[in-house]
Amino acid sequence: MTQLQNFTKGFIRENPILVLVLGTCPTLATSTSALNGLGMGLATTFVLIGSNVVISLLANLIPDKVRIPAFIVVIASFVTVVDLVMQAYVPSLYETLGIFIPLIVVNCIVLGRAEAFASKNSVFSSLLDGFGMGLGFTMALGILGMFRELVGSGSVFGYKFIKGDGILVFILAPGAFIALGYLIAIINRIRKT
Amino acid sequence: MAKINSSFKNMVLSLTLISLGASVALGFVHEFTKEPIELSKQNKKIEAIKKVVPEFTNDPADEMYKLPSEWGDSLEVYPAKRDNELVGYGIKAYSQKGYSGRITLVVGFKPEGTIYNITVLEQKETPGLGTKMVLPEFKDQFNDKNPDSFILKVKKDGGEVDAITAATISSRAFCDAVQNAYSTLKKGDLK
Repeated sequence: MTQLQNFTKGFIRENPILVLVLGTCPTLATSTSALNGLGMGLATTFVLIGSNVVISLLANLIPDKVRIPAFIVVIASFVTVVDLVMQAYVPSLYETLGIFIPLIVVNCIVLGRAEAFASKNSVFSSLLDGFGMGLGFTMALGILGMFRELVGSGSVFGYKFIKGDGILVFILAPGAFIALGYLIAIINRIRKT
Repeated sequence: MAKINSSFKNMVLSLTLISLGASVALGFVHEFTKEPIELSKQNKKIEAIKKVVPEFTNDPADEMYKLPSEWGDSLEVYPAKRDNELVGYGIKAYSQKGYSGRITLVVGFKPEGTIYNITVLEQKETPGLGTKMVLPEFKDQFNDKNPDSFILKVKKDGGEVDAITAATISSRAFCDAVQNAYSTLKKGDLK
């Protein structure tokens, strides 16, 4: 696999949400608006890049039997960094995403990439893998958030496009499942052709 | 470099070193962000107080004191003064009766007990229904009312508050928090 493929495979071919269907809990919960989705996606991207790089650096120093706790310590540290930095510099975003940020620790995408890729590949490949996967995740969350915000409250990024209240169910949990389902169906159709 | 094997010594050593590295890094970030976090929290409070009391010249956050409330935790009271004359109180009150968790408001009272304005600090109500409590259409009906004569209950419960359509529970919780603030203010030892 070339380095470029390491980077781009996260967009469509191995998109963590739309194809691998990992980390659906934060996906469904935080994609209520385009901005929330993007914020969550970028936070996860940062954690992914950081943990992938550190874990591929340390891979040889971590005995196999304790690799999972070691990975989790590294991931949790990066998540705490994101948590503190967001709290300090973007308090309004932190307010809406607050409770989901600590949950990035248990996001299967992050641990999944550490276990399946970063611990077996070079630092540079892991960096590209983390970056690509993170962007794929961000993209999926952004699209989902944009769609739910548009249909649910008639606006995108807070700008009102359609008058009235919109279809409320799309802001709530059931709408998240419906929207994600259709998005996965569309991506499957594209991948088949 | 070859991968080190999973002997007991290696496992302990590697986990200890990784944890140590992580704690050093986190300590550093914590030091670095401590001040901005404190500052943004403070700012948010001041902004909220500014909205709910008449213009003031003092620093209400600095003169904050606590009053015991009937329901558990004591509430924070922020006296607003203009040229050393009391113009109002901002009270940070909450209710646990919300649809999904705690609702926190800052209720502004004039010195004689009339509500000046209310702002919502924190709520996790249903988007599109209960979240409408932050809109002026709902919360401004409390302005210039004195809870002595204005019964803080929704009309369904025999009060005078127009509930948010399809969000009676959230409206009740809102009233509950305002009532909490008012009772505390009336009973408490004001400075």
